[in-house]
This record gives sequence, structure tokens and C-alpha cells, in this order.
Amino acid sequence: MVKQSPIPLLTDGKRVDGRLPEEHRPVTMQVGVLPNANGSALVAYGNTVVLAAVYGPREPIPRYITVPDKAVVRVRYHMAPFSTDDRKNPAPTRREIEISKVVKQALEAVVFLEQYPKSTIDVFLEVLQADGSTRVTSITAASLALADAGIPMRDLVVGVSVGKINDTVIVDLNKLEDNYGDGDLPIAIAYRNNWVLLMQLDGVWKPSEVKRGLELAFKAAENIYRNMREALKGRYMAVVQQ
Amino acid sequence: MLNVTDRMIVLPGDLIGGKSNDYVIVGSVYWEGDKAYAATVAMINIKGDVKPMEVQVIPLNGAYKPRQGDIVIGYVIDILVNGWEVDIKSPYSAYLPINEATLKPIDVVTADLRNILNVSDIVLAKISDFNLAKDYPVTLTIKESRLGRIEDGTVIEIDPVKVPRVIGKKGSMVNMFKDELNCDVTVGQNGRIWVRCRDKRDELFVSQTIKFIERESHQSGLMDKVKAIIQSYKSTSGLP
Repeated sequence: MVKQSPIPLLTDGKRVDGRLPEEHRPVTMQVGVLPNANGSALVAYGNTVVLAAVYGPREPIPRYITVPDKAVVRVRYHMAPFSTDDRKNPAPTRREIEISKVVKQALEAVVFLEQYPKSTIDVFLEVLQADGSTRVTSITAASLALADAGIPMRDLVVGVSVGKINDTVIVDLNKLEDNYGDGDLPIAIAYRNNWVLLMQLDGVWKPSEVKRGLELAFKAAENIYRNMREALKGRYMAVVQQ
Repeated sequence: MLNVTDRMIVLPGDLIGGKSNDYVIVGSVYWEGDKAYAATVAMINIKGDVKPMEVQVIPLNGAYKPRQGDIVIGYVIDILVNGWEVDIKSPYSAYLPINEATLKPIDVVTADLRNILNVSDIVLAKISDFNLAKDYPVTLTIKESRLGRIEDGTVIEIDPVKVPRVIGKKGSMVNMFKDELNCDVTVGQNGRIWVRCRDKRDELFVSQTIKFIERESHQSGLMDKVKAIIQSYKSTSGLP
């Protein structure tokens, strides 16, 4: 049963934080933030902050999980106890296990697993602050961390969420909009090919609304993808100054 | 039609070019039909003035992929019945069998392997075989003359992808340390480097300089910068 939102989600076409329906929150990204990891990234969509760390390819412990012809991807999506208003119990919940699984499947579609048989690629996604759209933020962070680790991939993956408030399709849900809105549709896109690697839907949507949601998601992905490129190139940007 | 220029940084999924008579694309790429795309964050290096030019897509990051014949520096991590397990900073574990460790005949029953190599010893070894079907995919040997346990000097770690830069063209970078500072720098292909200097205090300087080369590996004019650093170190510490 959907409770009533404490404050109206949409007033005069503006959302609770003053955004227009197609407006994405400001995005910040940094790559290489954990020197001990093979690759890492810190990504924020507004107030949602996710830290990604990639270890691999490496020998897995336990050894028996390896597969002879390709690498195994392990993903752990976890919300830090301090990431939410009420302390979140650190034990993995069913939601975290589900998100770990769908993120793993999205990443497996782009990583060249056959280049490192009998090894594992471990991806750790830690939500440091949760304000809606954590799974798509995590996917963006995971993609940056994999690229930072030098793991061969087809493409960079961009995560965007779209949702609904009554009949209005909105981009990039924050916590209130996720909890009290009328629909949630997180998407992950392999940018160059326009492949959809993850798509989940919550709520009741008309086909036209889903179509509009996808259009807005692809459009919002442009800016996020540009940010990702700058973050990755930024480590080597001094070359340009010559 | 080539989509990239020399010294450009490319990201996974970027189009490099297609099949052409003017150039040949090598390195960290994947092909979709007749177009090549970058597979990792990489730098473009276009070699050759005569066609066909070589368009090298050089990854800026990555794990060490063992190859037969490579010289590597490993840390002994376990002693087993017939040999030692060695960590070579790779997704694949390495094994040094007893009969590849010494020229003397060894009686497996009575010999104590710890007398030859113990856990946390460091070895300069060569990869004699790389076979994914085995439990330990990489097989090492230390039977050749300059291989064996490392007993002095300093060992530092860099990204394996940067190894060619540290070695330099035909060993020019490494030879600079030998000529200017009388330091032996042995570079393992797995990104571990053994530094041994006549004067132990120079080893710290050489280690820091190698780390500098690693950070700046994508810049041009690196040889000259390193030469300048060495010169200024020599003058401040009063070396000839």
C-alpha cells in the first residue's frame, strides 16, 4: 500500500527539489580513488554516493568457483549502515542480493570474460549515501572502476533511472520520488551500441509511458557518459597541455 | 579511415579505424566486422612514416598476462611436496618444481625444501610453461645463470603495463641507471623491479625515479626528464 508523500512530489511542474521532470541531478565522478584496488571510482548522482572497487582478474578463493573458459564476475552491492536515515543493518538483504545479481548480469554483457579464463573479477559497490537511484549509480561506478582496472570491455555502461509521478514521467528519482512515486524504471545502457543491459520496472505503466521513459533515459545518459569520459581521461589529461 | 591521432587517449568502445592498406591496428582492441574498437583505456601510438603505418593501442592499465619465456620476479608463498608456490602478481598462480630449482640432483624423500627456498624469499625466475589446464597454470624455472634467489637490493612494484617504458627503447632507460649511478636494474615482465646499487643509499632514489617514470609513462620527453633528475641528484649528493 502506497502511503501518501509527506510533501507534494510535483507542484506547478516542479519536483520537490525544484527540478523539472526531465532534469537529472548534478553528477560528479572520480576515478582511481582507492590505490589498493586494481580499479576504483566514486560517483554521486545528487546526494546518492556510491564507491566502487574492482579487484581482478585474480585467482579466486575458493578456487572451485572458476570456470575453465572464462572469468567469473562477482558483484557485491551493499548499503553502508550510515547510508540511510535509519541505520541499515549491515547483513545482506534480499534487495541487496537481487541488485548484486542484476548488476553482475549487466557487466557480464560487456566485459571480455574469455580473455582471463579460470580467474575472477570482484566488483564491490558500497552505497555511502542513499537518496534514490542507488542501483544505477552503482552500475556507472562499476563501469568506471572496471575501465580504471584495465579490464577489457566492449563499452562503458551508463546507469539512469526514470520514474512516474501520476502521469508525468521523470528522470533520476530521489528517495522521496522512489518511495512515494507511482513508478520506478532503472535502466543501464551500453552507450555506444545503445544496448540495454538492465531494465527493471516497478509500478503500473502504459506502453507510451515506458517509451517516453526510455527516450528520456537515453537522453540523460549523454551527459553522464560525457562525465565518465572526462573522469577516465582526467588521469592522463596533462598530455593535452603539451 | 583512421579515427584517431597520435598520443590520443581512447576509452573502451571508441572507434579506432577499419581495415586499410594504409595502416594496421594492433594492441588492446576488438573487432566488430571490419571495424576496430578500443577495449581498454589506452593511448594511441602511430609508428612509421611509410605505409602501412602501425597504429598501436597501448593500454594504460591492466593485469599481467604470463607468457612463456618472460623473466619475472616472484615471492615464494608456500612450500609443497615437490616444489614451491610463487606469487607473480598475476591472475594465475605459479609453481616452481624442485627439479627446476637446482642443478644438483635432489632426493625428494630426504631433502628439506626450506634449505633451498623458504616462504617470503624473492626469486628472479623465467616462465618455462603457461598452461591453463594445470592447477598451477604457470611453471617457473630458476636453473639459468642469472636466475635465482634475490638476496640484496630493493624490489619495487609497478603496473605491468608500464614495464616497456621503464626499460626504454633497446634498454636505454635501464642502461641510464647503470651508466650514471652504477645501479643494476632488473625489470620483471610482471611489474616487479629489482634494484641493486653499489651504494645502498642510491637504491631509494632509483626506486622513486622508477615510480616517477610509471606515473608519467604516457608523457613524451621522459628520457630527458629522467636524465635531468639523475643529474640533479648526482650533483646534490656529490657523486662523480
